[in-house]
Amino acid sequence: MQCPKCHAQMHTYNRNGVQIEQCSNCRGIFLDYGELEALTRLESQWSQPAPPAPPAPQAYPAAPAAPAAPAWGAPHGGHHGGQHYGGHHRQKSFGRMLFSS
Amino acid sequence: MTATPLLAGLTARARAQAHTGGTPGPTPCSCGAATLADRADATVVRHADTVAKAHAPDTALDDLTLRLTAATRLPEVLLPPLGPTPTPLHGRLVTCWPYGTPVDPERPDAAPWEEAATLLALLHRTTPVPPALPPMRGPAKAALAVARLRATAPHHPATPAVLGAWRTLPAWARAEAPMPDTTTLCHGDLHLGQLVRHPAPHGPWRLIDVDDLGVGVPAWDLARPAAWYACGLLPPDEWTRFLDAYRAAAGPAVPPDGDPWPALDVPARALTVQSAARATAKALAEDRPLDEVEQALVDACARMGSVPPQLARTSTT
Repeated sequence: MQCPKCHAQMHTYNRNGVQIEQCSNCRGIFLDYGELEALTRLESQWSQPAPPAPPAPQAYPAAPAAPAAPAWGAPHGGHHGGQHYGGHHRQKSFGRMLFSS
Repeated sequence: MTATPLLAGLTARARAQAHTGGTPGPTPCSCGAATLADRADATVVRHADTVAKAHAPDTALDDLTLRLTAATRLPEVLLPPLGPTPTPLHGRLVTCWPYGTPVDPERPDAAPWEEAATLLALLHRTTPVPPALPPMRGPAKAALAVARLRATAPHHPATPAVLGAWRTLPAWARAEAPMPDTTTLCHGDLHLGQLVRHPAPHGPWRLIDVDDLGVGVPAWDLARPAAWYACGLLPPDEWTRFLDAYRAAAGPAVPPDGDPWPALDVPARALTVQSAARATAKALAEDRPLDEVEQALVDACARMGSVPPQLARTSTT
């Protein structure tokens, strides 16, 4: 859809299960009927005290699926362990993304 | 530092362009001025809201003019130049551009991954492509990096792995054959340094640097982030944001859903090889060991030697 304000293309994003249209140009956000309420509901859940811990004998929740990666990728296919995402590694890697290297 | 004749001339060119139509500024004038880059392949200076760029010494006038025309015609995607044709200066071609605010290297969390992906999708969907554009120069630049590695670092311990990975690539990705796609408009050298906000500092993001722009395999433009993700250097969520935004904008380089790697594998290998080759040559020139980021690139090259490339469904080579 087109942004009602500046007429640039709008893109759909999923935020905590709520579909949000955001303008690629002015960054304005468009909410469908009920979406503001859904966001408000999520916000109130966030500020409530955490629910009681689940009963002990329960399987670990499924980890979010890592995106696909090639076979020659870093060990563990670019998700956990042995990666360079944290702290100064991240800063360093990010700095390199700014250059044609 | 003593300014070279080129740098001095370029600075004067930017100042003159910045003050076009007004009274000539005093010399030196009070406007903000800076050298943004001074490399063998490009010198870039800023004066107030104008940027002047001296292109690489071997740049062809006709090709650069066609690329400027493309940028002029696609102002929603590419930053448009201030003039339609390059002008000569000390044996180099010079172009002038409006200044835009670049990506902040200190703020990885603010990196415009979605905007970069969306701009690429729009670029790749451009029809008709501005006429007579030369091929996108991505494979040629990868080949150049490998040739330099061979020439300058033949005995470096990392070199065999990098050259071995290079040999896994099809001829088109090594610039030894035409690309399998000759109709899609591509940027050719996408990285986060190729995005600016114009008008500065809060305008929309636009792609800059048309030196490698042309027709070719659009997955090449996704390949640097893809390579960094594969090498364990770009977090999965940032890669996912980039890829999802590209797909949401109907970019044609990858299928709309499912595994994107049959399309990305060859270009991502090529960009990994290019980055590893440049890093190795640079480390040798500076007489230092590879750092951990550079080593991750070389390690990925070493693994490529034992895994044949995936073939894109549309690829014929």
